[in-house]
Amino acid sequence: MTANYQLNHLRELESESIFVLREVAAQFENPVLLFSGGKDSILMVHLAVKAFHPAKIPFTLLHVDTGHNFQEALDYRDALVERIGANLVVGSVQEAIDSGMVREETGYNATRNFLQTAVLLDALEKGKYDAALGGGRRDEEKARAKERFFSHRDEFGQWDPKNQRPELWNLFNGRKQFGEHFRIFPISNWTELDVWQYLAVEQVDLPSLYFAHERPVFERDGMLLADSEFLPRRPEEQLVTRSVRCRTIGDITTTGVWESTATTLEDIIAEVSIARKTERGGRADDKRSETAMEDRKKQGYF
Amino acid sequence: MINSLAHTELLRFTTAGSVDDGKSTLIGRLLYDSKSIFEDQYEAISQTSAKRGEEGVNLALLTDGLKAEREQGITIDVAYRYFATPKRKFIIADTPGHTQYTRNMVTGASTANVALILVDARHGVVEQTRRHSFIASLLQIPHLIVCINKMDLVDFKEDVYEKIKEDFSTFSHRLNVKDVDFIPMSALLGDNVVERSTNMDWYGGSTLLYSLENVHIGSDNNFIDCRLPVQTVIRPYSDEYHDYRGYAGRIAGGVFKKGDKVTVLPSGFSSTIAKIDTYDGELEEAFPPMSVTLLLEDDIDISRGDMIVRENNQPDISQDIEAMLCWFNERPLQPRGKYAIMHTTQEARCIIKEVRYRLDINTLHRDEENKEVQMNDICRVLLRTTKPLLTDTYRRNRITGSIILVDEQTNETVAAGMII
Repeated sequence: MTANYQLNHLRELESESIFVLREVAAQFENPVLLFSGGKDSILMVHLAVKAFHPAKIPFTLLHVDTGHNFQEALDYRDALVERIGANLVVGSVQEAIDSGMVREETGYNATRNFLQTAVLLDALEKGKYDAALGGGRRDEEKARAKERFFSHRDEFGQWDPKNQRPELWNLFNGRKQFGEHFRIFPISNWTELDVWQYLAVEQVDLPSLYFAHERPVFERDGMLLADSEFLPRRPEEQLVTRSVRCRTIGDITTTGVWESTATTLEDIIAEVSIARKTERGGRADDKRSETAMEDRKKQGYF
Repeated sequence: MINSLAHTELLRFTTAGSVDDGKSTLIGRLLYDSKSIFEDQYEAISQTSAKRGEEGVNLALLTDGLKAEREQGITIDVAYRYFATPKRKFIIADTPGHTQYTRNMVTGASTANVALILVDARHGVVEQTRRHSFIASLLQIPHLIVCINKMDLVDFKEDVYEKIKEDFSTFSHRLNVKDVDFIPMSALLGDNVVERSTNMDWYGGSTLLYSLENVHIGSDNNFIDCRLPVQTVIRPYSDEYHDYRGYAGRIAGGVFKKGDKVTVLPSGFSSTIAKIDTYDGELEEAFPPMSVTLLLEDDIDISRGDMIVRENNQPDISQDIEAMLCWFNERPLQPRGKYAIMHTTQEARCIIKEVRYRLDINTLHRDEENKEVQMNDICRVLLRTTKPLLTDTYRRNRITGSIILVDEQTNETVAAGMII
């Protein structure tokens, strides 16, 4: 009798994420969903729409904009916000630089990735958001493997890996002091492959960057980077045109692209299934040191 | 390719054991042999192994944790790891095994379908084995697999395996575990982890991966007692859905069908399920662990924390809760202390009226004299709550039978409880 009552793994993950999203809506007063235009945040929005259907999603979308974007990602963001009728807030790294709140790195490996943390914390404070939903997954990186669904941050936005709240069954403790906030990771248990499979099953519309396209690129430290006005090349770094796609989309200066001929979600799934490098293997920001992610997380990075 | 996914199930398992038992090596082996390791991860651990002057590639490094832990040479916390085969997707809750980390194992065990208990073949069943097995039974993990590791160090001898099996069974009779399996293996060499061992022809059972892929988890959820704790009420306030009032939640037990007569607790009002709604359309029935939205025929006042159940099958409604607690916090349990209590989607306050006894989890001795409950201790308590909770026993339902206690000053989760 019970044999038929079994969800497949994607439906079970979906159900878990929807449960978490609903807990956030119920336990917090002013939650915000961090939207980067990356596939994980697109998945998050899709799940949020499902969780509260037919009502609108009860979360503001917050985009921390480094100013170094792929134009396709911005166009996609604006169309999505329009379609679901959500409220979008943009935290600008450029403005933070102009106002002197943060200082820009210089040199060939300069990136605004690290500046995002200060801008994010500032935006959270200004908006008086008490919970920030993010698309972080535990399979991405070793410091993320110990992250909770409900991750407590102190008044400075810091993560203390030694002092996390135990999380059991599906009881999520979102209680906090004034001024503190939570980072919430509803898709903690999804892997890269799960995300792609689900986006394919659900036929979710994605930015064209995720599919193979011809683009001028150059090689640095064993990975391919897209040519961009924001990314100065060293003299020896030559531009070549290749068929590439993104596996993650972030700041253009740190997002590696991959040689690929995958033009459909099915192609991508086939590619990811046999991929031999992790998707963050193309993220220059993680390569700075062995504990780069752990260090950034402690400071309040997402 | 996508259609074949329809049959991929999700299995969560927890691993208990210390570094000495070869737990990290076992997990590394599972990940590596099931081809879940990426080139860049493998390169990274090859380099680290070489740097440390180790022979070969140390697979245990795959589960190497945070800098904070490496500095102290300990594992702080539960780490979650993932791998998949065409048959199942696996989530591993990797928990450290030292005495002081009982709370981590409890955490990892709370959602697990299967527990792997590691035993070093040279040492056999030790205190730690008993402790891990007890926690697995306390948390009602439906299936146990005893991994008798390091068989290569006892010349792959059958009698070693048989002796451990016998010793384990002797004490596990006292525990409430239903399904136990024993697998002799060498995580270091890969024997019986993913690949069948050629060194132990006497063993006729399956490899660890085969067991994990085939253990029956279809009845791990409760499909009998209908329980829907209401998380939030969905009210679109739009012209199109003017009168829409949906009760959103995740099914905690039973199978709800459209047209079922239901009762809403604690109010006790009855109605009929008009619709089981989801974004993808209406459903005829809903079962655990689905997240759905129920619409009822009648307009009843329902809010978060209420529970929708079947008329003739109701949970206990009580302010007096008897439970086994695992204490998580450095600040000891305060007898007669007041705490916030979280149960399903309900929150209340409670007072610890009595500590019945403290349990020595190595000997299972019930200490009724020294009832001072410290971090990692397990005890039986009587709680009195400020409002009635809608509970089942933990044995009957892991969702409606579980609670956590929260310190009202620090907001830390200080204890986890299983309702008796």
